[in-house]
Amino acid sequence: MTRDLTVGEALRQQGVSRRGFLKFCATTASMMALSPAMVPAVARALEQARRPSVIWLSFQECTGCTESLTRSHAPTIEGLIFDSISLDYHHTLQAASGDAAEKAREQAMHDNHGKYLLVVDGSIPLANPGYSTIAGISNLDMLMETAEGAAAVIAVGTCAAYGGLPQANPNPTGAVSVMDLIKDKPIINVPGCPPIPAVITGVLAHYLTFGTIPELDHLGRPKAYFGTNIHDRCYRRPFYERGEFASTFDDEGARKGWCLYKLGCKGPVTYNACATAKWNGGTSWPVESGHGCIGCSEPAFWDRGGFYQPLSQATMTSGTVLGAAAAAGLAVGVGAALMGRGKHKQAQEEQK
Amino acid sequence: MTLLDFARGPALQWALIIMVAGMLWRFFGVLLLMRGKVLSKPRSDKTVWAGIRTVFKRSWVPPVMSKRTQYQLVTGYVLHIGLFVVILLFVPHIEFIKGITGLSWPGLPNNVITVATVLTIGVLVALLIRRMTQPVLRAISNADDYISWFVTMLPLVTGLMAFAHIGPRYETMLAIHILSVALLMVWIPFGKLMHMVLFIPSRAQLGAKFERRGVEA
Repeated sequence: MTRDLTVGEALRQQGVSRRGFLKFCATTASMMALSPAMVPAVARALEQARRPSVIWLSFQECTGCTESLTRSHAPTIEGLIFDSISLDYHHTLQAASGDAAEKAREQAMHDNHGKYLLVVDGSIPLANPGYSTIAGISNLDMLMETAEGAAAVIAVGTCAAYGGLPQANPNPTGAVSVMDLIKDKPIINVPGCPPIPAVITGVLAHYLTFGTIPELDHLGRPKAYFGTNIHDRCYRRPFYERGEFASTFDDEGARKGWCLYKLGCKGPVTYNACATAKWNGGTSWPVESGHGCIGCSEPAFWDRGGFYQPLSQATMTSGTVLGAAAAAGLAVGVGAALMGRGKHKQAQEEQK
Repeated sequence: MTLLDFARGPALQWALIIMVAGMLWRFFGVLLLMRGKVLSKPRSDKTVWAGIRTVFKRSWVPPVMSKRTQYQLVTGYVLHIGLFVVILLFVPHIEFIKGITGLSWPGLPNNVITVATVLTIGVLVALLIRRMTQPVLRAISNADDYISWFVTMLPLVTGLMAFAHIGPRYETMLAIHILSVALLMVWIPFGKLMHMVLFIPSRAQLGAKFERRGVEA
């Protein structure tokens, strides 16, 4: 595909109708919490935007983020928009390999210096550069070299955004996130394990439309997608309010679709668009399929107690520890009382 | 580690350790205290039964005093029933207890808990105003009374704020709520809130003593 095409021209070449394109623009504007009046502006901007060069680096990751995007629902308009960017480097999707692949990255960096978007999935190991390398280049070196000429960095997936699974205790590879290393570039975190495809493309669409990064929350996530927690948007919320909970995955409550709080749902402390955007072309999402939210778009979600432990339970307290505390308290109490009795007796004898 | 992780992890763990150890220390320390030898001849041999009876009997004011203590009686009951409902019948609280003891029981809908929380907060405010405005009550109040009031009030207010999404983001407010509960747990063995356990041996002992002397407890 010619790099000089606009996004609109590229989509038309792929057979996307005007109606389909406008529908995508309206959905994206709605998800970005923009006014309906902004839809024509989004459409105009997207239509005329030059296809930006995108370099996608994959570090310590499972390729789930790419799978999420490419296998979301074939073919989606989001997928086609994604095809319409100039994806100049991506291990999984590019045809080139070896030196040719690395040359493509260097060429894209050279030709679009200061203008290309850098997308990163996966965390970066610092304990030993040899833990993860690409063409003999450590993840750290490749990230720093590629980020230098990038206009902005999009950290896709919880591993790139916050360290994710590789960073889970005891973090054997010394994994860190993109924002731990890059301080002089705009960074957009699109966490999730994996992130919702529409959110990744929505962020790209926002950048193409406005030329700026969207408004971010304190964890660097676009507020339009990560502004409210799962619990507040959950269709099972009325059952929470009524005190109706599933206690096991096959009890009456589970069959009736009651709240999954007792089964460890982390929806109240997880910010993501799952409850509204859903997955697989809007078919369903984890809570709708009967499993509680595991909080995958939050930092350190692997180390925040068990996935099936209710949010209100203590994460470190065990019966053994409390039993030991009780024994200690009992011993000290009895000991203190006996000492008091001893002293009292001694005082009485001295009086005699 | 986020504030919520700290609250659910080390804060709750240490608060529970201090509460359990401290309560047993104080309970057995008081129970086994040296007491003077009673030399008089007992006027009744039903002292144990009298002790048990007094534990329950003292939960109600004798008719002769009921008019003068009506305000305290009503507010006291509303406060304690409110605390019982809020602490023990809210499902996330039951889950907390279940996580430690393995015991659980059915809970109440959230709107009932919300009403109980608001009522309990209102009663606590009313009781504080009374304590601060009545000269005699003010004179016999010490720091323990005010600290106990504060550490009881704090979890109610922070819990309501977390539930109603008032103030900081939910996860922060939840962490603050859990930390306020941890503060309450740490204070329980060292202050007047220990009456939640000590009222039983205290009343029983009084009832038994009075029975032995042949007087009405």
